[in-house]
Amino acid sequence: MTDQLKHKLGVVGTTPIRPDGLEKVTGRAVFADDIHLPRMLHGKVLRSPHAHAKIESIDTRKATALPGVYAVITAADFPEPATAIESLGEGGMVDIKDLADNCIAKKKVFYDGHAVAAVAADNPHIAEHAAGLISVDYEVLEPVMDVKSAMADTAPAIHENFTPGSFFAPTEKAGPNAGRVEFWDGDIDKGFSDAAVIVENEFTTQAVHQGYIESHVTTVMWDSDDRITVWTSSQGHFGIRDQLAGILDIPLSNINIIPLEVGGAFGGKDSVYLDPLAAMLSKKSGRPVKMAMSRNEVLRATGPSSGTHMKVRMGADDKGMLLAADISFAYEAGAFPGGPVAAGILTATTRYNIPNYRLEGFDVILNKPRIKPYRAPGATQSHFAVETVMDELAEKLGMDPIEIRLKNAMKTGDRLVLGFPCPAIGGIELLKAVKNHPHYRAPLDGEKQGRGLAYGFWYGGGGVSSAELSVNADGTVQVCTGSCDLSGTRMTLGMQTAEALGIDVSDVLVKTGDTQSIGYTLPAWGSRTTFATGIACITVAEKVIAKMIERAAAIWAVDIENVSFDSGVFSNGSDPDHSFTFRELAVKNEATGGAISAQATVSPQGVGFQLAAYLVDVEVDTRTGKVTVLRSTLFQDVGKAVHPDYVSGQMQGGVVQGLGWALNEEYVYADDGTLANTTFLDYRMPTALDLPMTETVILETPNPGHPYGVRGAGEASILNPPAAVANAIYDAVGIRMKSLPMSPRAVLEKLLEYGAADL
Amino acid sequence: MSKKHHVTATINGDEIEFLCEPRQSLLEVLRDVLFLTGTKEGCNDGNCGACNVTVDGVLVNACCMLAVEVNGKALETIEGMARNGALHPLQASFLEETGLQCGICTPGFLISSRALLEQHPTPSEEQIRHWLAGNLCRCTGYDRIINAVLKAARKMAKGNDRDRSA
Repeated sequence: MTDQLKHKLGVVGTTPIRPDGLEKVTGRAVFADDIHLPRMLHGKVLRSPHAHAKIESIDTRKATALPGVYAVITAADFPEPATAIESLGEGGMVDIKDLADNCIAKKKVFYDGHAVAAVAADNPHIAEHAAGLISVDYEVLEPVMDVKSAMADTAPAIHENFTPGSFFAPTEKAGPNAGRVEFWDGDIDKGFSDAAVIVENEFTTQAVHQGYIESHVTTVMWDSDDRITVWTSSQGHFGIRDQLAGILDIPLSNINIIPLEVGGAFGGKDSVYLDPLAAMLSKKSGRPVKMAMSRNEVLRATGPSSGTHMKVRMGADDKGMLLAADISFAYEAGAFPGGPVAAGILTATTRYNIPNYRLEGFDVILNKPRIKPYRAPGATQSHFAVETVMDELAEKLGMDPIEIRLKNAMKTGDRLVLGFPCPAIGGIELLKAVKNHPHYRAPLDGEKQGRGLAYGFWYGGGGVSSAELSVNADGTVQVCTGSCDLSGTRMTLGMQTAEALGIDVSDVLVKTGDTQSIGYTLPAWGSRTTFATGIACITVAEKVIAKMIERAAAIWAVDIENVSFDSGVFSNGSDPDHSFTFRELAVKNEATGGAISAQATVSPQGVGFQLAAYLVDVEVDTRTGKVTVLRSTLFQDVGKAVHPDYVSGQMQGGVVQGLGWALNEEYVYADDGTLANTTFLDYRMPTALDLPMTETVILETPNPGHPYGVRGAGEASILNPPAAVANAIYDAVGIRMKSLPMSPRAVLEKLLEYGAADL
Repeated sequence: MSKKHHVTATINGDEIEFLCEPRQSLLEVLRDVLFLTGTKEGCNDGNCGACNVTVDGVLVNACCMLAVEVNGKALETIEGMARNGALHPLQASFLEETGLQCGICTPGFLISSRALLEQHPTPSEEQIRHWLAGNLCRCTGYDRIINAVLKAARKMAKGNDRDRSA
């Protein structure tokens, strides 16, 4: 047992019922669309029907004249933003000019659904009608719809100028529409020349959406003194504030973002879309303005994760030791630079020790919506490619797929791609858990059944979080943090606070503060909230304990050194009869010097990396190409499961998203660059009927960077399903699927190509 | 502009009157006219089930029904599911089994699940998956929702046994 866990945990590791649960099962929880303000207007957006066009002119007169319309806006109503670059955290650095241009098009529209104008009216129907009365003259341009054509030297430049950028790493311009980033080490030529086996393959994937069930909704009130209040659905309200301030050229302190229940985000809700438009409509009309996207708008204009074209070449010696990897990935950035390709290449092979490698990434601008993070952004695509190649290497070497991974698995202290030693990590234990699990050896019954494995790595995030803790006169406490709760984090933060104070979790109330009420906190991305905001909560708890030790010392008339605190009990070292529980001492606070509270803003850096392995059995229907998932088991190392039921729920949810990515989900564009599947009927996410239960196996290799050993737990679950399903399909019917999704049509085409279809 | 219609309906046992335009969906009227915001909008085209309510006991997507159609009918929404301060066994099971994460789809799943248990008091996992295929959840992967429905069905069956033997 490590030092950090010598204290026996009493709250962390249990499964209390979530504090927001009752409101959610009774319909009383307040989401962004549930906000109704007096005199509120409703806004609607006019969106481009073209994927790529110059805006020649916009005539809003008819819309403005319609009864019931109070304001009409275009990009001309907005100030020229400074070229300031804002950090979006996991979303990378963003150029505020690009962001403003994405919210409402200036001179060109860059994708089907790009906002061009907006209207505020008495109700959404009038607003929608009025938006339709706005007439826009376009000069339609040829759309650039895939990475290969966008990267051609002869491709039309989508932007006259752009600042190349991506998550994690600086990029340099490469051709008319792309940025390039590269990492390398060793001598890959020598690595490949020493290799006994080499596998080389190309893979493609299509854009997929995060698919949150709650669309983007915001209500904004711009007061006469230029103070702006925003009720919006976001996973990071400080980020929303910073972006809004940049676009509107308003001081940060003038803006208050009110956090609400968030109806799913998964990375897609850290950016402004409607908020600046609602703000400007509110300014013009003098009334609060609510705007909500339809599902069609959500799919056309927000979200997706990158479609990709990925090339992988890997070589190993005859014992299966990896010697070299040469990787070149092109990821869609969408209409503006800043996609997740650096995260994609940095996680492509990290989890294995490879002495010689080159990792090249292209961040490619094209006429699709601006790419947003989606749960382990960029890594699901890269794992699909690399874990398939690992399977091919194992096959060529005649090795068990677990053995080749065990042989090459990165261990604590091994050198990471970025050059520093890998912090405590339990890859070997995780892979052994797979090997020893009954699923791994269970017989398959049926000749068209197969089993597939994939192994995955994700960094996760730390960074700035704030918390404030107040001790109430009755011994209960309340904690305010700056983290939006996407997944039950008010519970996991309350549990960590209760653990640190040695009190019952039911005595801790946790809420998310608005941006004017709590210190700066990065968005809920990178599985960082339970880790980093958890440390903020533990820090304020420790500060409160220190103050209460002073009070106990005063009551007992001893030096503070004589007072100790353990598991919720203050003890007097000079007198064994003297002790207080937290509550007994807390009720005396008012009489012993006044109420106690503490605040902390922390920036923990000891992020614990996330590892997961996924095992899946499938059956392939060789008449239709349909792939049915028969058995599904996810193994994940979460450091310490603060609330094991929530962790397991995160794991199952991520697996099902990954299986949707593997089997069904894709953006389908018509030849003119318009999105063809703009409903949930056609953008086909998994339903309850599609999949079996996913068994979850939680491993706990403590993260030394957190007092209770916590790693992030939210993202690694999505990494492996596409690759594992592809490997299972190969095991079942001998075809290698190299593109996503592996829909019945795609699988049937491949079966026909191999002569393996059963027609 | 169209003239508004006067509609009378029973919602969760209470007689309600409202005015609405013919074009307004039941979902829009529930949420924006009656402020019964527990019924959620996820897609507004009948594909996600977040707006499930029952009308005269029949499970419907409120986004796909016009409000004028409910005149004289009895509606049940999520707001009426807990009675006299007591949660419905499904609501309790969703809490106990962690059958929710973000919660936006939860009212729809609960209303849909209740309609299932009224027709099939002891459903199999397969029956539950089939019935709930009209409700999308993006957070949970469904497993814990299925378990919650199974648990509620067991609880309710026990309760019914007690009722019968009493």
